[in-house]
Amino acid sequence: MTARFAVGDKVRVRRAYPPGHLRTPCFIRGKPGRVTQVIGAYANPEELAYGRKGLPKRSLYWVQFRQTDLWPDYAGGAGDTAVVDVYEHWLEPAAARTRK
Amino acid sequence: MSGIQRHRHGHAGAPPHRHPPQPDLEDAPYTDCMAMTDAVAGLLIKKKVFTAGELRRMVEIIDSKSPAAGGKLVARAWVDKAFKKRLLKNVNAAAAEFDIDAGPIPIRCVENTAKIHNVIVCTLCSCYPRLLIGLPPDWYKSRAYRSRTIREPRAVLREFGTEIADGVEVRVHDSTADLRYMVLPMRPKGSERLNEKALAKLVTRDSMIGVTRLEDR
Amino acid sequence: MRRHHDMGGLAAGPVEISEHDYAPWEKRVDAIMRLLSDNKRRLLRVDELRRGIEDLGPGAYDQLSYYERWISSITNILIEKGVITVDELGRAIEDAKAHRREAHP
Repeated sequence: MTARFAVGDKVRVRRAYPPGHLRTPCFIRGKPGRVTQVIGAYANPEELAYGRKGLPKRSLYWVQFRQTDLWPDYAGGAGDTAVVDVYEHWLEPAAARTRK
Repeated sequence: MSGIQRHRHGHAGAPPHRHPPQPDLEDAPYTDCMAMTDAVAGLLIKKKVFTAGELRRMVEIIDSKSPAAGGKLVARAWVDKAFKKRLLKNVNAAAAEFDIDAGPIPIRCVENTAKIHNVIVCTLCSCYPRLLIGLPPDWYKSRAYRSRTIREPRAVLREFGTEIADGVEVRVHDSTADLRYMVLPMRPKGSERLNEKALAKLVTRDSMIGVTRLEDR
Repeated sequence: MRRHHDMGGLAAGPVEISEHDYAPWEKRVDAIMRLLSDNKRRLLRVDELRRGIEDLGPGAYDQLSYYERWISSITNILIEKGVITVDELGRAIEDAKAHRREAHP
């Protein structure tokens, strides 16, 4: 299966807050980040958690976020980042001006 | 809580000291969860899901894992560039070169440099490369560590006695999915004359989590 | 809605840099989980263990220790899957307590 996103892509984590078993922490939802690695394809933990197979596999990415984008009052270094493993179905291309 | 309690007080680098020993395990109260553990183990053995021997051996395997395994990999990476490349690509395969079984869950290694300081957390539960370096310390699993490290890593690092310069990027990895992480700490200055075995002894568990750096000599 | 275990970024006090040597029963819980989830048995996945812990609810989540959460989740899911029954578990727990009382009067 092919990964939808590539290294360097600007992405945004979807804003959604369903119940159930999720591995997308709340603090990144709705936030902009950048793909820094395409890790591989894995069965979906949201389904595995209930004894189901979680297929088809989902691509998993390292998404890097600027801490200043995540926390309005971030008091550390301006270059500080957070890297989170995020599944493809939680990512959208970051909103960009249409270039046509 | 049975077992010996250890608290860390005081300044950076001070090793945790042991408090006076807790009462013997036999004197510890037999809680509902302890009874449930024994009950479940007994039932699963009775139903031949596993044998008592398999359970005993698995506890031995758990006991056999320690940060020393990670120390070996770190020391080799410091002296052997090609190995370092392999370690940064796939820790499990690199560990196998030392006949260390790091298990099936993929472990990734992130490298500290003069420009980047990595620190590992699992905000959602407490994922940790246990099959390589053993069980995590209580504080790694605590509410305070899981909540604050991702948001104010420098303040948390300061509580461990670690100060990172402004110009260095602090990069927090939240292990949310199928990977586990370890940090490749920077080789301390003044260790140039040490052989690989001695280098491995310098490596601490906390430096592989990223809450401390290894002190220059 | 943010679930209780999803705590990244919440305010909290200083990290209490303490640790304890793991008690034998805690290592047993870990060992049970590793055996149940291995390739030979595949009776429980890590994802199910986590889901079970998350579903314990905020009260239990905060009051139980790490491995208490594990054994609670493991037990609930084994019951759910029919690997053990509530009845045999109830009896086995009482037997375990009685055995303990005899061994340590």
